[in-house]
Formats: sequence, C-alpha cells, structure tokens
Amino acid sequence: MTDATVPSARVALVGNPNSGKTALFNALTGSRQKVANYAGVTVERKEGHVVTPGGRSLSILDLPGTYSLRARSPDEAVTRDAVLGKLAGEIPPDVVVAVADATNLRLVLRLILELKAVGRPMVLALNMYDIAQRQGLRIDLDGLARELGCPIVTTVATRKRGIEELVAKVDALIGEGALGTANSWREPSAGEIRDAHREAQRILKAHVRPPERPDTFTGKVDGVLLHPIAGLVILFALLFVMFQAVFTWATPVMDLIKGAFGWLGAFVAAHLPAGIVTSFISDGLISGVGSVLVFLPQILILFFFIILLEDFGYMARAAFLMDKIMGGAGLHGRAFIPLLSSFACAIPGIMATRVIDQKRDRITTILVAPLMTCSARIPVYTLIIGAFIPNRQVWGVLNLPGLVMFGLYAAGIVSALAVSFVIRRVMWRGTAEPFLMELPTYKLPDAANVARNVLLRGRIFLSRAGTIILPLMVVVWALSSFPGAPAGATDPAINYSIAGMLGHLLQPVFQPIGFNWQMTVALIPGFAAREVAVAALGTVYAVGGGDGATGALGATLAHHWSIATGLSFLAWYVFAPQCASTIAVVKRETNSWLWPTVMLVYMTALAYLAAFATYQTAAAAGLG
Amino acid sequence: MHDMAPTTVTLAPAAAAGRVVRLGQAQPGDRGVIVDVRAGDAAGDHGVHADELHRRLLEFGFVEGARVEVLHQGAIRRDPIAVRLDDMRIALRRRDAGDVWVLLDAQ
Repeated sequence: MTDATVPSARVALVGNPNSGKTALFNALTGSRQKVANYAGVTVERKEGHVVTPGGRSLSILDLPGTYSLRARSPDEAVTRDAVLGKLAGEIPPDVVVAVADATNLRLVLRLILELKAVGRPMVLALNMYDIAQRQGLRIDLDGLARELGCPIVTTVATRKRGIEELVAKVDALIGEGALGTANSWREPSAGEIRDAHREAQRILKAHVRPPERPDTFTGKVDGVLLHPIAGLVILFALLFVMFQAVFTWATPVMDLIKGAFGWLGAFVAAHLPAGIVTSFISDGLISGVGSVLVFLPQILILFFFIILLEDFGYMARAAFLMDKIMGGAGLHGRAFIPLLSSFACAIPGIMATRVIDQKRDRITTILVAPLMTCSARIPVYTLIIGAFIPNRQVWGVLNLPGLVMFGLYAAGIVSALAVSFVIRRVMWRGTAEPFLMELPTYKLPDAANVARNVLLRGRIFLSRAGTIILPLMVVVWALSSFPGAPAGATDPAINYSIAGMLGHLLQPVFQPIGFNWQMTVALIPGFAAREVAVAALGTVYAVGGGDGATGALGATLAHHWSIATGLSFLAWYVFAPQCASTIAVVKRETNSWLWPTVMLVYMTALAYLAAFATYQTAAAAGLG
Repeated sequence: MHDMAPTTVTLAPAAAAGRVVRLGQAQPGDRGVIVDVRAGDAAGDHGVHADELHRRLLEFGFVEGARVEVLHQGAIRRDPIAVRLDDMRIALRRRDAGDVWVLLDAQ
C-alpha cells in the first residue's frame, strides 16, 4: 500500500474529445475510480487512483474533452478551471497529461500549445499508437518531445500498452520536483489562434510523416451511413432493432428473476409466522426489490447499445443526420446525445446538456429531456403491455408488444419535438447556436471497455434502486398496512389504510381518466420515482388481494382493469411527471426553481390530457 | 437537389474550377484550399457573435491554407454538410460555413 514517506500527487487528463481519454483513464485506474456519471459523454467529475511502483499515490482526474481552453460550455469551463487551478475546492494538478489521438494530431497540438502556456509540468500520451503504426504514420518522438519540451509516451489504452511507462514518466516528473513555469495563458484572439495553428502545422510538418496507408474505411462507411436517405433509414432501423431487442432479449432473464422473487416471497410467507413482520418482508421488501431488479436486464441491454454506438463513433453521425430535423423543432444538433441518453435516464441526459453552450438551447433541451422514454418507464410499460396487449406476431416477423413499445417511445420523441417547438415559439425566438462537430474515425469498440461501462450503468441503477426505491417501497407498504382493518371488516385491509384513504380522496380527480383508487394510490409514490409505481401496484394488489405473488401482477391487473384503463395508464406514463431526482437535477443544473416548476406543471397537464383523451376514446370504442 | 435552395448560387463542380466560393454554398465533391476566414461576413443569425463564430471556426482548423472537401450533405435542404478538413472530418451547418471562402481546385 501507499508508503507514507512518498507524498501523493494529483494528475489531470486533458485532451480532445474522441482521443480515447476515458479509455486511458480506465486503463490507468482500473476499478479504483469514483464516478458520478452516466451514459454518453464525459460530463461529471471522474476521479481514480493509481499507486506507482515507488509507492506514490496518484489521484487522477479525467477532465471533459475540449478543443481549447477558451471554454464555451460549463463542461469545458471545468477543464479550463481545473488546469488553471481556479476550480473551487480543487487543488491544482501537479502534472497534466495531454492525451492525443496519434492519428489526429493537428488540433490537439494547438491545445498542447495552450497547455504549455499554462506552464504546469506535462506529459504527452500519444494514444491509439497501434492504429498510427498500422497506417504507416511516422512520428519523430524524440524531436517532438524536444520541440514541445515535455516527455512523450506512446499508449494503446484499450490494450493497456504504455500505461506503466506513462505512470513512470509522471512519477519521475514529480520526483524531480518539476514546478513548471508561470502561467502566461489568456484567452486567445482570432489572430493568436491562427498563429497557433501555423505553429502546430510547422511542428507537424517537421516531426510527423503522413500515413502511407491512410484510413479509407471511415470514408467508405460514411458513404452509406451519412447518405441523405439510406443514412436516415439505417438510423431509424437501428433504433427500432434496439427497442425490439430491449423487449425480446430480456424476457427469459426477466422471467427467471420474477420466478425467483415470487418463490422467495411465497417461501417466506409459508415459513414465517403470519403477522406484520412477515407481511413486511414478503409484501414490502421482497416484492419491492423484485419488482425493480426484474428490469435490470432491459436497462443493461439499452446501455449496451448506446455505449456500443458511442464507442464505434456513430453518435456524432446520428447528430449530423438529426440536426435539421431537431433544428426544425428548435433544438440544437448537440441535443441529440443528451436526448438519446435520456432514453436510459433523464438525469444523465440533463447533465449531458452541459455540452450545449447557449442557455436557451440548453433549457429547452432540459425541459423536454424527461419526455424521452427513460428506463424507469420500462417497468410500467412492460407490466401494462404484458397485461393488456396480446403477444402475437404482426406481418410474420414483428411482435405486437414490441410494436406497442416502439409506439410509446415514438410518442415520447414526437411530443418532445412538439414541446420544444412550442417553447421556441412561445418563450423565446432566435437562432440556435452554431453546430460544429468532429466526426471521429470509426473504431471497433473494445469488448472489455463496453462491458465495463455497461456494468457501471447497471451498478448505478441498482444503487439508485437501493437508496431511493427501497425506502419508498417500505413507506408504501406502511401506508397501505396501517391502520389495519377493524375487527369484522369485510373489505380488503388496504381499504382502511392511509393509502386507501388518500386513494379514495383523490379518486374523483382521476375518475375522468379511468383510474381506480388502487391506481391513485400507486401514483403517489410514482411521483417520487416512476418505476416505484409498479412495485406500489404490486404492494397494493398483493396486500389487498392477498395472493402475494409479484409475478401474477399482470394477470391481476388484467382482471381488475378495463382495456381503456390500461391504455389510459400507458398514456399517462408517456408524459408522467418525473421522479423527484429529476426535479432535483433540473434545480441544480438551472440553479432556479422556475424551470423545475415549469416542467412539473406542463408535464402533469400533458399527462392528464393524454390519459383523458385515451380513456374517453377507448371507452367510446367499447373497451371501457 | 439544386432546386431545393433557390436563393443559393449553386455552381456545378466542373464550372467552378478555379473559382472562390463560400463553403456554405459548396456542393459535395467540391474541393479546394481555404483562402479566407472572415468574421461576420455571411448574412444571417448564428446565435452567437460574429467574432465568436469566427474563433470557433478557427479552433476547429478552418484556417487559411487548409485543404477542404465537401463529402456529404443532409437530406433536408442539403443541410448540414460534412467536410474533410485536412485529415479530419467535421460536420457543420451551411449557415455557419458561410464565413469560410474556398478556392476550388481546377478539375
């Protein structure tokens, strides 16, 4: 472990987006990292630790990717301030590691010149060096190191090559007591950017020989994927396959989890003496945890696709294809990635809006992000679709539940576009900010990296389930168990509980959209977190009906609800008011209570209207 | 496709050889050398100040002397465009590419 006599040090990773910086961070720190981050882009602060062979503990900070220290977004401001040592509550880094894609040095050289002006001791990591070698790109490492005045290490982060050498170079720099020079960095003018480019160009010419076998693969693939028509068709086909997979691949595992928890609940109920404790364990804890865990397979599959496409380099292409469509709705092309992340969870999506520089564009994106179908809605959709939509094939190949699921996702997307269009019209006018984005070369995703990231998302979901959902489940169980039924009562016990009273009290409000009082009860915790509604329905019906089997919840609902009610519930959840954590994140990101309030009001109104229209239409069609 | 943007002066690649055009008006297949990047020359609202857009273009490598080739364009109103800029690929809107002037190669 750490030798107390060797002082620890701080290292910051800085580089262009797509330079493999995060892969290098993973290779350096392994599992010793603290991540408060989600899918898609690097937004949150990521810190990890590595101990050098000499016993020095290095704390490594993975800073958001940037092309310039002249920060334009909150994300890039973090990088600038961290490098300059101006970030509140942060100690400036002892060493800066500039991470560069060895095959794409032009822009990063200019960034390195800026970093040099800052004057901190620096090591340059030429990442993806294997690809550079394969292309026959010749880099005069010694000459470049002399020119830049910093040590250079070649790395292949995905294969963990060059990592030990990088750590050694950083360690040596700290050991020498390198202090760097005084900071002479200031925001460059247009003329200075031109000069820096000229300088970078000169360095490049002097020390790098262009590749003998340049990458032609990316150009060929782009010919298809960026084709005005074929590209869009492929994008939508990809999204369609993604959602079909989320629905069909996960089923066997979900059945297994469902079965296991059903068995466990029944086992506990059968082997413990009947009473309040047994009811708590079986109906509160086990069925609560089970109802949430069961959706882990789907969340993992969704993240698998998002991370795979991100690593392949497709996400920037998707933003290119979607820019005009989103621009028509008043959204910025860069909003595509935050909105796509919102399919997993609105929280990382809202946090990812930090890549959007202009406040109006950003707030519009934040306001519509929760309309994208987050994974927390999957439990609700799955349950209701399973109960009310017959599982049969359509046109031979598609299955009907999958199709309905796709329709619900589409409804979320269309309403997000419509709402942002209205926001642009009503709240503010004006053009979206410039859309300038690098299209990275395609890279084969690294299996270990994808697996690591997918598991990380799963872990975040579970910790959330543990910390928010479980306590809420216990509260719901308590609300629906106390006070108990009076002696000689004929109705189910829950009818006499606090939850029952609340449900009955709110019932008239929800009557016109076809909700019964059990649903109204489930909606109360549903405001705290969407997926809790499923577990709450489980608790309400398990406690009320006394059959105790979570797996049979769908059947119970099909028995108790009309089809119109089921459809109305689905419509409600397309717009359903977001979870408490989303509200908290919007408050934090916009630094005002105005936007979370606007969001809550407009989404509740939309949910009610949509459910009302759905229920009344379905009832009129004889499904009531 | 040309008739989709009637207000734009469009030039067929062959006819445009040796001509200087705005990158915002170039066609897929057009290639050449950037000869000028100006601040606020192109008409229209970019959502940021002309000087800011100017610096962003420069930071992405749209500098005098860089080689540029239009690779792809979007389906709706031929926007945005994807260009090869030296050895990188960049996506940008035609509106924002208006400040970049390109001397097209003789074909």
